[in-house]
Amino acid sequence: VCIHRVRSCSSIHFIKSKYVCVFDKSALKFSHQQRLFRTSAVSCGQIVQFKLSDIGEGITEVTVKEWYIKEGDSVSQFDSICEVQSDKASVTITSRYDGIIRKLHYNLDEIAYVGKPLVDIEIDASKGVAPEEDVVETPPMSHEEHTHQEIKGHKTLATPAVRRLAMENNIKLSEVVGTGKDNRILKEDILNYLAKQTGAILPPSPKAEIIPPLPKSEAVPAAAKDKAGKIPVPVSRPIVFSGKDKTEPVTGFHKAMVKTMSAALKIPHFGYCDEIDLTQLVQLREELKPLAQIRGVKLSFMPFFIKAASLGLLQYPILNASLDESCQNVTYKASHNIGVAMDTEQGLIVPNVKNVQVCSVFEIASELNRLQSLGSAGQLGTNDLTGGTFTLSNIGTIGGTYAKPVILPPEVAIGALGKIQVLPRFNGKGEVFKAQIMNVSWSADHRIIDGATMARFSNLWKSYLENPASMLLDLK
Amino acid sequence: MVLRSSLKTCLQLACILRTPKAGFRSTTSGGLIFQSVSNDVYQNLAVEDWIHDHVNLENRQVLFLWRNSPAVVIGRHQNPWQECNLRLLRQKNIKLARRRSGGGTVYHDLGNINLTFFTNRKKYERMENLKLVVKALKALRPQLDVHVTDRYDILLDRQYKISGTAAKLGRTAAYHHCTLLCNTDKCVLSSVLKSPYKGLKSNATPSVPASVKNLLDEDPGLTCEMILNAIAEEYATHHQVDHHITLINPADETVLPGINNKTEELQTWEWVYGKTPKFSISTCFNMVYRDSILDIKVDMDVKHGRIEACNIDLPEQWLPPALCSELVKSLTGSKFCPNETTTLTTTMLRLCPQDDELHSRWNLLCENMITLM
Repeated sequence: VCIHRVRSCSSIHFIKSKYVCVFDKSALKFSHQQRLFRTSAVSCGQIVQFKLSDIGEGITEVTVKEWYIKEGDSVSQFDSICEVQSDKASVTITSRYDGIIRKLHYNLDEIAYVGKPLVDIEIDASKGVAPEEDVVETPPMSHEEHTHQEIKGHKTLATPAVRRLAMENNIKLSEVVGTGKDNRILKEDILNYLAKQTGAILPPSPKAEIIPPLPKSEAVPAAAKDKAGKIPVPVSRPIVFSGKDKTEPVTGFHKAMVKTMSAALKIPHFGYCDEIDLTQLVQLREELKPLAQIRGVKLSFMPFFIKAASLGLLQYPILNASLDESCQNVTYKASHNIGVAMDTEQGLIVPNVKNVQVCSVFEIASELNRLQSLGSAGQLGTNDLTGGTFTLSNIGTIGGTYAKPVILPPEVAIGALGKIQVLPRFNGKGEVFKAQIMNVSWSADHRIIDGATMARFSNLWKSYLENPASMLLDLK
Repeated sequence: MVLRSSLKTCLQLACILRTPKAGFRSTTSGGLIFQSVSNDVYQNLAVEDWIHDHVNLENRQVLFLWRNSPAVVIGRHQNPWQECNLRLLRQKNIKLARRRSGGGTVYHDLGNINLTFFTNRKKYERMENLKLVVKALKALRPQLDVHVTDRYDILLDRQYKISGTAAKLGRTAAYHHCTLLCNTDKCVLSSVLKSPYKGLKSNATPSVPASVKNLLDEDPGLTCEMILNAIAEEYATHHQVDHHITLINPADETVLPGINNKTEELQTWEWVYGKTPKFSISTCFNMVYRDSILDIKVDMDVKHGRIEACNIDLPEQWLPPALCSELVKSLTGSKFCPNETTTLTTTMLRLCPQDDELHSRWNLLCENMITLM
């Protein structure tokens, strides 16, 4: 228990010197269930060889499989040092000391011997005594256990949790009045003591579970003052935030996005947005959903959007084209391979439905189901992810209305679909009715696409969706 | 007769357990028997971690019984590419898990029983545990020829392995777990545990293949339930406690606080694949393109599951050299993972000239690269 307290102390340097002295003296007076302590005159930065302790079952050698620390790292007692393996058993070796790792005696996959040095640890001079034997048997801090401590010749009863709270807040237990049984110091006693001192929140220690709260009585009057119209002045206190920046390399899906979007920058984008009344389509889908279900296919709105886009591309094939690197030639692609942006756990992927121009709405729906299940399992193949000529992104399933999508090279156009909202609109008779409205935001490559073309394509696409029956006329 | 308690009792028990290292106030000290209600390998492995970290094993030992839906479980320091057919696993939707104990690779399904014996570190004794299992089996069927080898396997009829063992030792606690083949699908077992990946060089712990047999093959009258109960009863007798099995729900955060974090960690790519010891791949394959056969040589170093270095030898000018070096550059630092590689290589296609010939060559090369993963 004594050692445990030293550990939690080590990160708050201004407390350390004060408390360790006290511990040293009290440690000598300790006679308890643990092994004997050995006092020794310790010089600054003593290097101790931490030997590999007995594994059990008569095992004498193990293989070092993983180091959790490297030379120069600081460790606390009970921190994991390495993982070794012996005959189907994986053993976690933990540190016996607080200190800094100075030498690793083995490389990975080398054989380590029980009883021989594993690592060299430089122990901080002020820590004083180090136990000779393995302290494996020391039970970690328990809230139920009670310990005694002799300070200035008088016993102060307090649980380890309370002791830690006191230590973290630089409070001498001897100065606190205990209100528990046998004058035991309770957590409340420490908090009361603190409240009397200052209203400041003290910086929490990194491992603390208990942070003394700002006494509630101070907060309430401040709120009452608000009502008088005064801007409340917050109690000045040091704001402590112990978060750290984290830098990691850009890999995988993000790397792919960086490449694609950097290339997309070269394309001069223009946007065109509109709203679509999907009232009739919503009704149609409701009717067709159970039919698709019977055939084992889940029918969303996307198959309709995709098919309507393909019908539009038949009239405006330049939107399904590709401009070469030197901007000398435009290739009009024969196949409508319409990409569907998919959000997976790892990131954005865009598989495409091949040859939509010869697919029925049902076939598109079925193919989408296949792509979606492969996508969520992370098993999409090369063929599904290449050859796209035009893309739709249904960001509306997550939310949003208008967007500004980025064209995916080597394509020349992309559409982003917002969410479907129920909004009031006027009908032909001037009456207000409930309409199912969805917004679409197109982006196109202004080098070969002009606004008028985009607008006309959009109008055609819109007309197919607002009046689904009209799709029948043009279906091939 | 073995009693099974409801989850309510489990809650009461766990409340006592939750207080770290609290003294166990009830009269039953000695042995506790838990059984998982879940068949999810990650959840069950998380329970092992939880018991290891939170239960006071000073004066008490615990037996944990669990079964999993189809999964391959590799040892802490093993290489999944070396141990199993990952492609087949993905196809058949069989999970891959890495446990924290050492040892070799095993295939679990509902026909396999897992037993974990928890003790404090000083009382870690695998032989004793396995002898208990053999005793239980013999009590159930005295004519069964089962015995424990000095490799800690249990053999049936002196030649078929029906149980493999592994262990984990921590600072104060230890556990020894073993499998027991009752009615596992042996066809799936042998097909998934055969690695198709060639040219792998690694210091990871290799598995030792063995012929296996199910207990039910020997005696069709047995069931997994009967075997489980027999072992629980033998354990209870040995520790002089009631035949009382407490059911544990590994998803219940109130009974096992922090369990969901453990379950999640076991499923992360960083744990399952990223903990693979450094290895290298050096392989050649033939690609058939139009009417010619091409020789491709690939060398890769993989560390923490990521490609540290990569070299691809192609016939000259078959692909633009700039593109090849872009490929190598992209792969370096990426996960050794088919999904990630597919994403990267297909993205790169967007940025090349739109040449069908180029595209089909590129796709062919990339698809072959992906089969290595």
